[in-house]
This record gives sequence, structure tokens and C-alpha cells, in this order.
Amino acid sequence: MKRFLGFVKKEFLHIFRDYRTLFILFGIPVAQILIFGFAVSNDIRNAGVAILDLSHDEITLKLTDKIISSGFFKKTETLLNYKDIDRVFKKGKTKAVIIFENDFGKKLISEGKASLSIIADGSEPNTATLVTNYTTAIVNDFTTELAGPVLNNSIRISPDVKMFYNPNLKSHFMFVPGVVTLILILISALMTSVTITREKEFGTMEVLLVSPLRPIQIILGKVMPYFILSFINVLLILALSWLVFDLPVKGSLILLLAECMLYILMSLSLGILISTVSGNMQQAIFISLIGLMLPTVLLSGFIFPIENMPKIYDYVSSILPPRYFIVIIKNIMIKGTGLMYIWKETLILIIMTLVFIGLSVRKFKIRLE
Amino acid sequence: MRTIFYLIRKEFIQIFRNKFISKAIFAVPIVQMLILVPAVTFELKNVKLAIIDKDMTSESRGLINMLAGSTFFKVSFSTFSEEEANNLLHRNKCSMILQIPSGFGKDIGNGKQGKLLATIDAVNASSAELTWAYFNGVVRDYNMDLIKKNITSGSFFPLPRIEITNRYWYNELLNYKYYMLPGILVILVTAIGFLLAGLNMVREKEIGTIEQINVTPVRKYHFIIAKMVPFLLIGLTDLALGLVIGKVAFNIPFEGSVLLMFFGSSIFLIAVLGLALFISTYSGTQQQYMFVAFFCMIIFILMSGIFTPYESMPMWAQDFNLINPVAYLMRINRMIMLKGSTISDISRELYSLVVLAILFTTLAVRRYRKTV
Repeated sequence: MKRFLGFVKKEFLHIFRDYRTLFILFGIPVAQILIFGFAVSNDIRNAGVAILDLSHDEITLKLTDKIISSGFFKKTETLLNYKDIDRVFKKGKTKAVIIFENDFGKKLISEGKASLSIIADGSEPNTATLVTNYTTAIVNDFTTELAGPVLNNSIRISPDVKMFYNPNLKSHFMFVPGVVTLILILISALMTSVTITREKEFGTMEVLLVSPLRPIQIILGKVMPYFILSFINVLLILALSWLVFDLPVKGSLILLLAECMLYILMSLSLGILISTVSGNMQQAIFISLIGLMLPTVLLSGFIFPIENMPKIYDYVSSILPPRYFIVIIKNIMIKGTGLMYIWKETLILIIMTLVFIGLSVRKFKIRLE
Repeated sequence: MRTIFYLIRKEFIQIFRNKFISKAIFAVPIVQMLILVPAVTFELKNVKLAIIDKDMTSESRGLINMLAGSTFFKVSFSTFSEEEANNLLHRNKCSMILQIPSGFGKDIGNGKQGKLLATIDAVNASSAELTWAYFNGVVRDYNMDLIKKNITSGSFFPLPRIEITNRYWYNELLNYKYYMLPGILVILVTAIGFLLAGLNMVREKEIGTIEQINVTPVRKYHFIIAKMVPFLLIGLTDLALGLVIGKVAFNIPFEGSVLLMFFGSSIFLIAVLGLALFISTYSGTQQQYMFVAFFCMIIFILMSGIFTPYESMPMWAQDFNLINPVAYLMRINRMIMLKGSTISDISRELYSLVVLAILFTTLAVRRYRKTV
């Protein structure tokens, strides 16, 4: 035991000596949380629209003004004819062109009907849909105002809505669990696989293997510091989301921390497994960074809900541990549910951990090749 | 010139000697593109509904049928107990509960307002907003039907109405693959170039072989160029593979000039590789480099506008993106591929990339020391 502790201490010294890596280890989650919190969002703000007003009367000017002053849009250009549309889209600043037909105002007053078209730049589908929806809503508002009391009487059904779990529709509820999931698996798997392959590549693994430490102790000693560091990372992210975004843990904190430990353990064993199959560090880095990063971001339900994907991805993503952890952490943090709701996911993570450990033990070589 | 040529040859031999890496740099992007591109979509469909119909009249059934008939909603559960419905929401079995209180049908019949209560799972705020908007659309349609039925032709007088038609250019059906393929391609090319080039350099330092180069008459810029060229070519090959996959597997149109895209990507890669080599001069071990690279990559990629609209970012974030090469290429690739933008449309992005490429490469050459 004393030997083992000495070994763990040595590993810690290795890590602390490299203050730059240590700094980044904690800098990554902080940066991610802040970027998701303050820099990127799916909302529309200042989306460029161009106006093609073939009528140019009082009503079109009023409606244009209403659209531009809504805060969602910014006028990029006033077009003169249809040929210009392609030109402004190609420049990329304009997301939609709003076209008023000839004699728009006159038709609206005399015939009670006028038409307007919205052409959106479909190369950004999400923005295109939002811009179209918002513009439509503004135009509908405008018509309601014009129609006055006549239309108001005809509204018969008034639905009320309750936004459950997240009444203010904050995007933090989505990305904080996502960042925890992504960071833990990447850092844990990356760190472990690299630190073990490093010993292999430089031949120092030999030195360790001939020491009185047993192989299992070597691996545990290597993994232990990263377990602790990752756990500190969890606490850091939770504290940050609480302090900066006012997002507390709704369910049991102890359960959440226990699940995080399980997930870290799973990621560490995945890292060990990666190290046993890679011959050098570049390979380990390649697998754990390029191989894991995109699938974790895209297929775990972090940004894109799995329910919306084609059916087959339900199966494809089922081999990805982050998928289960994201369900667990969302349940505990946001919905405040207990173990009863997440025992299945927890069990899957436990099984995955055991499988990774089992495979690593079988593949781990204690002899020279 | 001959020196550079020999050095490049050496680099290629070294890269391709590693059996795993030499296969992975081509296989991983292909596999990831094939799997990931069709997966990602913001499009919502089959939102699962649980319905508590306490009214049980033809009016409430009419509304339910209308919801069930839309492609957006799917009526999955029907119950009378609120507790059970809440439980379904907790278990993620449904994403919205619709309560129709008793008296709904009667109120509508009497010309009063009928009440409805929708409870939406809002963990994902943007999905929740969209669900609510669609639900309102269905209710509005239902409302219109009611009005049409009730108002006799005599008392009906026209309301001013603005007919809105909308079209999506360049991507008629709003196919997300069109949007994601160029984006994922940029990430993969960035990841491979940025990570491998830097690691390669640091590896030479870590195992000491850089000393052997340092004692030769090889000039600093020779060495840097020789480190960049192989990864530039690998990056461009990956780009070509990705475009072929886009065409063959997903039938994604390519409107603009392929040549222009490769030109833009080359400048981008020079900028990224320059930055990678610059960072590598500060790192002593591969582990250290990897972490710095990982940090930079995550920030570059998240800020580049791959998933989120660029214009919605606050001013400081857009200012930061002036030095973010990924943000430029993200725009360039999407514009060339989907809209057929020409060189004059993307000139600002190209100039900026050229400036970054020169800046980062110069820094890399200057920071690299041949002496210990």
C-alpha cells in the first residue's frame, strides 16, 4: 500500500509539474460554459434582410418599418428588381428577401387582399425557418392591428402553455449537462490513454513493470490522479453553472456526484482500453480526440436530439456511453428525478465500465513483444 | 529547393510508416462523414403527445384528430390522470401534455372562449418553442374552421388579409445534410491538420530527433515548410474525399467552383498549420501540445458558426472571429458549395485568411529556434 501511495504521488508530481496542461485542463470546461452561455445561441438577432418593394406605398413602408424595428432583423439592402436577389444571397450577409407585390397597399385596401413573399436562404436551414416564422408572425400581427376588433371577436380558443422544467426557456438547461458529458469523457479518456502510451513509447513502462508494483497497481496509480482531477472539474462546472447561470442541481447532489464518478470511471477504463490498443501517443490521441469528439458532440443528444434523427441512429448511438450519461444528468439536474427514473442508464454505464476493464485486462501485455 | 523536397519526402515516409495513422487519416473522415452527416438535424417531427381529454365532446375530438393528422405531432398516450401524464413527461415518454378541460366543447358552442392547457418539456428550449409554435398553428387552423362553420355568408365581410408565400432558395426542402456536410468537413480537415502537424513537430523534440535536423544546414523556413506541405496535401485529400462522399452518398449539389474551394481551403490550411507549428514551439511534450491544441480547436469550432447563426453572436464574439480561421472557411465552403458564390463574393474572407496565413507562418518560423 505504501509503495502504491508513493507511485500515486509520483504521478501527481508529473501532472503538477506541467502547470500549462493543468491550467488548460480546467480552462477547457470554463471556456466552453462561457462560450455556450454568452457567445453562441440559436436565436435570431440582427439577421440580415433585404427588401424588394415593388409597390412603395404607405402600407409597405409601415410594414417594412415594423419588421426591421422588431430587433430580430437588420436591413442590408433595398433591392430594385428580382435579378438582385441571387446577388445579395451570394454575398452571404442577407438571410431573407421580403418582396411586396405591385400595388400592395392599393390591393389590400380595395380588394382586402395583397401578397407578400419571403425568400429565405435555405443554405442555413435553421436560420431560414426562424426568419420565415418570425416575419410571418410580424406580418400577421400587422394584419390583426389593421383588422382591429373584427378579428379579435372571432378568436375562440385560447391555449395556455406551461413550459415544464424550464419556464424561462433558457438554453443553459441544454448545454451545461452537455458540456459535463463531453468534457469528462474526452479529458478522462485522453489523459489516461496518453499517459499510459507515453510510458510504453519511451520504454519507461518496462521500468515500471520490473518494479515490485503489480500491473494492476501501476494502472490504478496512473488513473487515480485523473479521477480526482476530473472530479474537481465536475465540481467546477456545477459551481460555475450555479453562480453564473443560476442553474442549481434540482435533484440529489449526492446521487449526481455518484453518477459522475461512475461516468468518470467508465471514461478512464475506456482510456485504458485505448492505450492497450495503441502503440504510440499519436495513435492514442487520434483515437480519443478525433475518434471520440465529433460522435460525442453530434450523436449523444447534446445539441441534436436523438428523437429527430433517422431511426437507425437510435441503434448507432446506443453504443456511445455519453448518450446514457446525458439522460442521467439531465434527469437529476433539471428534472430532479431520483434513481428510479435512471436505473436503466446507470446499469448500462456499469456494464460498459466492466466490459472496458475486462477487455483491457485481457489485452494488457506485461511482457516485451 | 532540393533540400525542401528531400525534407518533404522524409516527412511523408515518417507519416506513412505508422500503419495506424496512415490509414486513419483517410478512413476516419470517411466513416465519420458517412455516419454523422445524415444524423444531425434541427428538424422536429413526431413530437409525442399525451392527451388528457376531460371534455369528450365532438369538438375536443375534432381538435385531437387535427393534431394527430399533422406530421409534426404524434398522439402517443391518452389518459385521464394528470399524475400519469406528468410521469410520462418525467420518463421522457412524451414531450407535451395537452389538457382539454371539461366544458371546452360547450364554451365554444356558446361563443365563449375555450381553454386549453399545454405542458411542454422545455429542457431543450428551442425544441419547446418550436413545439409551441406548431401547436398554436394547429389551433389557429381549427379556429378558422370553426369560424367558417359559424359565420353565415351574409354576416361575413372581408378582413384585410396579407397572403404570405415563402420559398427557400438553394435548398428547397431545407435538407440539413446540405448544411452539415460542408461544416463537418471543415472540422475534420481542421482537426487532422492542426493536431497531427503540431504533434509531429513536438514528437521530434520529445524524442530528440530535432537535434539532428538542427545541426544540418537546413534553414528554419525549409524545415517549417517541409512540416507543412505533407499535412496540407493530406488535408486537401480529405477535403476531396469528403466532397466525393457528399456527391455520391448524399447527392449534395456543388454550385460553385471546385477550384475556388480548394484554393480557399489551401490558404486556410496554411493558416491552421502555421498556428499549429507556432504553438508547438511552446510545447515540450506531445501531451502538452495536445491539450493546447484541443483547447484552441474547441473554441475555434464552437465560435465558427457551425451549429449556430453567425450574426446572432454578440459583438465581442464576432470580433474574436476575426482571428478565427475556422469561421472564415465555414462561411466560404457553405457559400461556394450551396450558393455558387464567386471569388468576388468571398473576397473579404479570402483576404483575411491570407493575412492569417502569413501571420501565423511568420510567427512559426521566427519562434522556431535551431539553438538550444
